[in-house]
Amino acid sequence: MAFTHPVYEYRRAPELAGQGEHRGAIVVGAGPVGLTTAIDLAQRGVAVLVLDDDDTVSVGSRAICYSKRTLEILDRLGCGEAIAAQGVSWQVGKVYQGDTLAYHFDLLPDSGHRRPAFVNLQQYYLEAALVERAQALRNVELRWRHQVVAVAQDDARVTVGVDTADGRYDLTCDWLVVCDGARSPVRRMLGLDFEGQVFRDRFLIADIRMTSDFPAERRFWFNPPFHPEHSVLLHRQPDNVWRVDFQLGWDADPEAEKQPERIVPRLRAMLGGQAQFTLEWASVYTFQCRRMRRFRHGRLLFAGDAAHLVSPFGARGANSGIQDAENVAWKLALVLRGDASSALLDSYDAERVAAADENLAASTRATDFITPKSAVSRVFRDAVLALARRHPFARTLVNSGRLSVPAVHRDSPLNTPDTEVFEGALVPGAVAADAPVAGPHGHWLLPCLGGDFTLLAFGDAVTTTDACALAQGAVPCRVVRVGGARPDALVDRDGLVAARYDGRDGTCYLVRPDQHVCARWRAFDLARVQEALARATARLVAPTPVR
Amino acid sequence: MASLITHPNLPAPDDFYEALIDLHRGLTEAQSALVNAKLVLLLANHVGDTDVLRAAMAAAREDVVVASPEDSP
Ligand SMILES: Cc1cc2nc3c(=O)[nH]c(=O)nc-3n(C[C@H](O)[C@H](O)[C@H](O)COP(=O)(O)OP(=O)(O)OC[C@H]3O[C@@H](n4cnc5c(N)ncnc54)[C@H](O)[C@@H]3O)c2cc1C
Repeated sequence: MAFTHPVYEYRRAPELAGQGEHRGAIVVGAGPVGLTTAIDLAQRGVAVLVLDDDDTVSVGSRAICYSKRTLEILDRLGCGEAIAAQGVSWQVGKVYQGDTLAYHFDLLPDSGHRRPAFVNLQQYYLEAALVERAQALRNVELRWRHQVVAVAQDDARVTVGVDTADGRYDLTCDWLVVCDGARSPVRRMLGLDFEGQVFRDRFLIADIRMTSDFPAERRFWFNPPFHPEHSVLLHRQPDNVWRVDFQLGWDADPEAEKQPERIVPRLRAMLGGQAQFTLEWASVYTFQCRRMRRFRHGRLLFAGDAAHLVSPFGARGANSGIQDAENVAWKLALVLRGDASSALLDSYDAERVAAADENLAASTRATDFITPKSAVSRVFRDAVLALARRHPFARTLVNSGRLSVPAVHRDSPLNTPDTEVFEGALVPGAVAADAPVAGPHGHWLLPCLGGDFTLLAFGDAVTTTDACALAQGAVPCRVVRVGGARPDALVDRDGLVAARYDGRDGTCYLVRPDQHVCARWRAFDLARVQEALARATARLVAPTPVR
Repeated sequence: MASLITHPNLPAPDDFYEALIDLHRGLTEAQSALVNAKLVLLLANHVGDTDVLRAAMAAAREDVVVASPEDSP
């Protein structure tokens, strides 16, 4: 069954009749990032207006792979189950050289996670689910075919000029979240930089419909017999749709390559002469790696493709943009409520610029492996592939894209550095790990952490009085207990909470509203938790010096 | 922290050198380049120490004059 693009209704702006008021937050762009931002803000009690110049969801071959972290974020936003249920789950990737398997990876080898490593789902389904969720929230207003044509800001406000079929009007707001995509008209209107590089290569991306019993794995070929000297990537999507990505080289003619008479023979060579398929969509892309130098410009916060652009090998575009969205949403909500100063928004810039650099480095390295830039880098690439057939060490060097993992905000100014020794990966800045539990909010830890500051406490060290003090603080913090005698404590069903957090009796983790760890201790101390909370909301200017 | 060994460390230098040259006998330039690259990768994995590898890369690059600034990394 083919997807029918919805048409969202255009409505005349009340501002054209002299109504309307100053707003706290406006989001430009109803792509995955703008929609996620709006839903997250709304769930935090912020009324938000979204402006989009179009009236439907994504058209053509765009994102298909959504990471475990994206699903966890969508769980918090009330549409994770819809996406997970609709998508094709996968965790194994196979890399072939010629027609032999060179390398095989498993992105989630251990059990005890609610969500799979990845699901594949056409971007239009993701956006349609996000729109549906946004429409269900009373404090989100979506305006379709309202094009932002001018943006200006001063110390007090942002003024946004909007063009519609019925004429032009102006809006004002405190904060503008700019999620208007890679070509970001707002970025251009303000003449802001977008630095980086274009990779000198072209890729044919074809979405085809066929029935096949290929498993739900990511398959990548270097130099396959059916497409010599180049690479090919295959992914399964729902509705019997398959994504095939053919590397073409820089000299390919993009117009000619888009024609079915060119594409069909390529597919026949790959899938066999008997294969039955129909072409859904085909386009020829070049890929870029770029970012803005800063993501915060006064009252403007840039997120998603507008702020940074990567090649798709690694699925880091939408996945990282959705992490931008959740990073900006809780901070903006605190600022708008008056619970934090706008200095907190500088940490959005610091954290997400660092994350973008990580994603850009991963994507650049993969692209350099897939499209070597020089003769010698080609020689090393081929040497790695040749060695990988026999020698396990070389398989770790094969790079067909390192798939999206959430950034660890290691150097964030919001972190309280460790003063005690911990094992494992959950350093301050890392996303809190999920694990099976038994408790009042179901069977998984992350939903129990929710979307506020939470102190995850092992054992009974936090008294009811201390928990009340935290709940009533300037920035409220909930206490979630694991183990111990209290009836509301979570039960660590399989011991995986203790294992993943290196948790012992007394261990406490302070988890931010976006579920990143920001501090941890071996013993509970109310004053230290309060200080860490102040730091995590930028209310402590500098860490207290050690005397 | 291990450091790059640059004092003589090969038990039989002439034998090693001969074997290295022999390794390339009968190969085209392209094949030789591939074999050299594989050799570098195998040895790098054997060494396995990032500091030593970086020191070796720096030493290999020392005194090599870059012709045009565009080629420099
Ligand atoms: C071939 C391909 C494969 C990809 N695969 C993956 C993948 O597997 N996984 C992944 O995570 N990412 C992938 N990506 C990247 C992903 O598609 C993008 O990162 C993602 O769409 C970015 O979302 P966004 O909301 O920032 O921008 P967009 O999706 O571009 O949305 C921007 C929105 O802003 C609107 N807009 C623009 N200008 C204005 C204006 N002036 N006024 C009002 N509205 C405006 C647009 O109409 C649009 O709705 C892929 C991309 C490509 C091209």
